[in-house]
Amino acid sequence: MSSAEWQLVGFSLRMALASLLLILPVGLALAWWLARKDWRGKALVETLVSLPLVLPPVVTGLVLLQLFGRRGPVGSWLHTTFNYDVVFTWRAVVLALATMSLPLFVRAARTAFEEVDEKFEQLARTLGAGEWRVFFTITLPLAKRGVLAGTLLAFARALGEFGATIMVAGNIPGQTTTLPVAIYQAVENGEDVHAWTLAGVSAVIAFAAVFISEKLQRRRK
Amino acid sequence: MTDAILTANFSKRFSGGPEIVTDDLHIGSGITVLFGASGSGKTTILRCLAGLERPEIGTIHFGEEIWFDAGRNIFLPSRKRGVGFVPQDYALFPHLTVARNVGYGLNDLPAAERTVREVETLHWLGLEGLENRLPRELSGGQQQRVALARAVVRRPRLLLLDEPLAALDTPTRLRLRGELRQLLRQLGIPTILVTHDRIEALALGDDVVVLHGGRNVQHGAVPGVFSRPVNLAVAEVIAVETIQLGHILEVRDGLATVAVEAARLTALATDLPAGVREVYVCIRAEDVILMRADTIQSSPRNRLVATVRTLTREGPLVRASLDCGFPLTALLTRPACEELDLREGGQLIALVKAPQVHLIPFAR
Repeated sequence: MSSAEWQLVGFSLRMALASLLLILPVGLALAWWLARKDWRGKALVETLVSLPLVLPPVVTGLVLLQLFGRRGPVGSWLHTTFNYDVVFTWRAVVLALATMSLPLFVRAARTAFEEVDEKFEQLARTLGAGEWRVFFTITLPLAKRGVLAGTLLAFARALGEFGATIMVAGNIPGQTTTLPVAIYQAVENGEDVHAWTLAGVSAVIAFAAVFISEKLQRRRK
Repeated sequence: MTDAILTANFSKRFSGGPEIVTDDLHIGSGITVLFGASGSGKTTILRCLAGLERPEIGTIHFGEEIWFDAGRNIFLPSRKRGVGFVPQDYALFPHLTVARNVGYGLNDLPAAERTVREVETLHWLGLEGLENRLPRELSGGQQQRVALARAVVRRPRLLLLDEPLAALDTPTRLRLRGELRQLLRQLGIPTILVTHDRIEALALGDDVVVLHGGRNVQHGAVPGVFSRPVNLAVAEVIAVETIQLGHILEVRDGLATVAVEAARLTALATDLPAGVREVYVCIRAEDVILMRADTIQSSPRNRLVATVRTLTREGPLVRASLDCGFPLTALLTRPACEELDLREGGQLIALVKAPQVHLIPFAR
């Protein structure tokens, strides 16, 4: 592999890892709320979170583009308040990957939380523990495997994201181009060897992530 | 009964289940047993007191504190009640070691004091050397003691135990029954203990609350409630017709001689711990044999002259309430009743084999 190829792989891995940093706090909170609480509008939130799984990724990308573009509601606010631009930068890559991978993580984490018997949490409360302590010392450790499996799955999904990424981040070599986008580009340009090399790397990483994730989920049963 | 430290007057209904009503329950500072069959609402009451369930209506007061008041929308959360709760399956945190399970509730203490308390409690319950084990590496009896340690190490103001011995195998249960009573006595923390086991209720409780169909049907000191059930429902829950306090006069060759009021009974002493003086004497009505007063010889050790007080027909059976120095209930068939020419006020001989006189240590 050429150094340009290594760089591309490194960039894609960094982007996927960065998206996990977004997914973890948001996804854990969401999964916990869905697993442990009943509230009005829960069904709506459930559907919204899962929507990126079934919506064409380019549509999700389009929505993000509208929201975070210079003239979009979130994008214009970020620009005027922090002078911070999102679309067609690496931040847009992270945003697209996070949005697309969040559903997988939330589903896995929610199931993992639901499998934790509430009796342990209740007992911790009788021992004086507040809700944060209960979550971090009881719920999360007992759901560890499922949450970890979900994290790996989300990571693998993020590495393979194409449609939403190309919509909000485009294809700027060295700045926003990720592995799948580069593969597409390579095929377009007729660089078959290049395309196959990158495809091989993608496959190896995805295989490892899903393999470990499956193992983690299997062992719990 | 001692002065009430906890008063509960609430009702709780689960969808589909019966309504659980505490009927102005006053809990004293000793060991109170909530006694009843499964489905009688014992566990629900315990969970409401622990703050794990919220009743629909009523109040719970602990000393000066209001734990729950539906009318004023007050509900003190579990973590602020300062209770020690031991559920039936113990719910030991499976991912934490014994030491960390026990220390879980001491989070707000300085580290040094935390360690002192942990060590003290582990020592008191004989759990030294198990600190680094995980709950799944412990025996049932050890798990029970870890659960107790975790609850008492915080010095709770009230201890709630749900069927503390039910998860154990029979030999362990028998061994730990006496031990648990001792431990609870030493602690001196007001305790509410749920059980469906009559012997546990007798062996562990100072006071007993008999629950039936979600209602509190009788409440009082253990000997009183068990020897004088207020109605048939309570008698059925207790399920042993004759329970009397007795005094051991002598133990010889595996047989104990017990004085019950004016009568002398012989019972097997094999399960009786040495040194026990006061006992509950339990006799089931179907184990009592009746004979005409003129019969001379018989094998059963216990031969009591009895006067018939009342006769109650129960389908094909007759329940005879006898007086033989103490109240004794016998159950016999109607033909047998006619052959013996049983009538109220009549005299006859009641026989009970020694193995059918059950002795339960009365520990005070």
